[in-house]
Amino acid sequence: MISAVLAITTLAVIFGSLLGYAAVRFRVEGDPVVDQIDSLLPQTQCGQCGFPGCRPYAEALASGEAEINRCPPGGEATIQALADLLGREPMPLDGEVGEEKRRMVAYVVEEECIGCTLCLQACPVDAILGAAKQMHQVIEAECTGCELCIPPCPVECIHMHPVEQGLNEWKWPFPKHQPPMGSAA
Amino acid sequence: MVATTRKLHHFHGGVHMPGHKEASTRLPVAAAGVPERIVIALQQHIGAPAEPVVKVGDRVLKGQMIGRAGGYVSAPVHASSSGTVTAIEPLPVPHPSGLTIPCVVIETDGEDRWVDLQPLEEYSEADVDLLRARIRDAGIVGLGGAAFPTAVKLTPPADAAIDTLIINGAECEPYITCDDMLMRERPEEVIQGVAIMRRILGVRECVVGLEDNKPEAFRALQAAAAGTGIEVVQVPTIYPTGGEKQLIKVLTGKEVPSRGIPAQIGIVCQNVATAAAVYRSVRHGEPLISRIVTVTGGAVREPRNLDTLIGTPMEHLLGRCDPHLTPEDKLIMGGPMMGIPLRDGSLPTVKATNCLLAATPGDQPNQGQTMPCIRCGECTRVCPVNLLPQQMYWHARAREFDKIQDYNLFDCIECGCCSYVCPSHIPLVQYYRFAKTEIWDQEREKKKADLARRRHEFKQMRIEREKREKAERHKAAAARATAKTSAGKAGAEAATDADKQAAIQAAMERARAKREAAARAEAEPKKTANDADA
Repeated sequence: MISAVLAITTLAVIFGSLLGYAAVRFRVEGDPVVDQIDSLLPQTQCGQCGFPGCRPYAEALASGEAEINRCPPGGEATIQALADLLGREPMPLDGEVGEEKRRMVAYVVEEECIGCTLCLQACPVDAILGAAKQMHQVIEAECTGCELCIPPCPVECIHMHPVEQGLNEWKWPFPKHQPPMGSAA
Repeated sequence: MVATTRKLHHFHGGVHMPGHKEASTRLPVAAAGVPERIVIALQQHIGAPAEPVVKVGDRVLKGQMIGRAGGYVSAPVHASSSGTVTAIEPLPVPHPSGLTIPCVVIETDGEDRWVDLQPLEEYSEADVDLLRARIRDAGIVGLGGAAFPTAVKLTPPADAAIDTLIINGAECEPYITCDDMLMRERPEEVIQGVAIMRRILGVRECVVGLEDNKPEAFRALQAAAAGTGIEVVQVPTIYPTGGEKQLIKVLTGKEVPSRGIPAQIGIVCQNVATAAAVYRSVRHGEPLISRIVTVTGGAVREPRNLDTLIGTPMEHLLGRCDPHLTPEDKLIMGGPMMGIPLRDGSLPTVKATNCLLAATPGDQPNQGQTMPCIRCGECTRVCPVNLLPQQMYWHARAREFDKIQDYNLFDCIECGCCSYVCPSHIPLVQYYRFAKTEIWDQEREKKKADLARRRHEFKQMRIEREKREKAERHKAAAARATAKTSAGKAGAEAATDADKQAAIQAAMERARAKREAAARAEAEPKKTANDADA
């Protein structure tokens, strides 16, 4: 009787200390699930999902507070990827938050810009170049098309342009005339 | 005969198919003539587009550079005849997308006057860097179809020890005969070009491979190559021997690694037409402004090869060959296996245009109602790269892009053998092309998202830092202010205390002095009185 109690206690102590050591030694900083979700989001930082940026949305998704269909720039593909990662059912994009559209970039009409710097502060990725009372312009390669610079502009000189598609960006279409999968499939 | 001593190898699969090459080789190569309007696309090659260096209204001469290379992997473009620039605008070009890209439009003057060319007589002793520069400035790109800038290919990475130069004259795709005719009619140009490239690369072994369905070209090349040390080898006719990696395998037995390039196994491969263009640029200073184009197919009565100025409209070429197109016929740039369909004949020829196929329905392979896959495995049997086309088809259909890459999708050369033999007429290659461009697009998006994330995080970090610095500044300023006031007060207080102390001290001194004086005054009269009394 005593020996059994001793044996169990010894085992408990050994395993307890092992687990405790492992918890310290292999400690993971941050939440890996949030990182994984964040890597699937398009990083436009547009806030259309109702969260202030992609990472806060990722955090909300990880804690189960948000639905996976609230990212219009990501569209269908992002919803599918999130559904796969989180083991949830894919669902159509929530119409309330917006709709999937072509990739756009902001463009400042230079004659109208008064150099107020309000758009500079609004841009989540510092893609607008300028200074007080100097004309501003958008660095196209870095603009995510989030449209956050449009409302602050007092003279409405920022417009969205669709991204020009070159030969190198062109994609082959999915073949038409799908054959049925067939019984062999 | 050198040719017979080389041991030849085989690649997996491949298809024997009717060549249809006789029709267009009956007549010699003829000049296509100068069309009224020439359209030079600014991107005719792999890499960055060229940047225009002429303006609307400029007079240009034949061979004048009108677009300079837009980067290292890029190529300049030149006016292919003399005339006036009438527009620089986006126009449709032969590309499966049907997109428009910036083009320079030249209204020709019919004089076809050359710019001053700089010939180089002693090219066989010229500096290698000079040769490379001449090839780059001439805008030469791979004329076999891929249009990769030749000068870049002739500058292999420093860690690649190149020991073999392979010249591709296989021309395996049905109907196309432009390389065949070039080798028959201008074998010296090809061999001299090969010698120049051999010198640039500094290699000993140099092999020209062509399929054994071109005996005349073989004899012409062999005669031209006599005494140069360049080997001319006939290889069995089987599609797609003309694929770079397939020809390397046949001639050397070596395999290019998966997703790799031939330079990794010490080989550089160039097309015969590229070699001829290299010769012309180095010897005569001529930029790449023309090439031989095969015009053939059931819808032309006089199929032949035409020496064509780059930028000539396709319909101009067709017009030289007595066409009779019906609504069912299709215009294809390239061959029936890998060619791209053209919307209409107004599109301009580009550097990569090797063939214009006016195809009747009978000329196009494997047309028919698409049926379900029956898993017969024919596609796997013929795949020259040893892939599993059927598995890739399922994954591409289901858009499982990570799984399809496990089957080495990017080693697919899009030769079309699998589609050709498919008894269910499934356009398999279209699925692979779709999957490839989707994956590239995803990679681009990912890169863009990563950049945006980094910039966003940096901005947040910067705002935090600014806030912190501001707070610290405020704190420091506040601390300084308090320190100043308290120090001042303390000084004042200390000063007043000392004064007070001093005043008190002085007062006490005075008081004591008074007392002492009074005491003395009291004693002295007594003493005096005492003395006086005494």
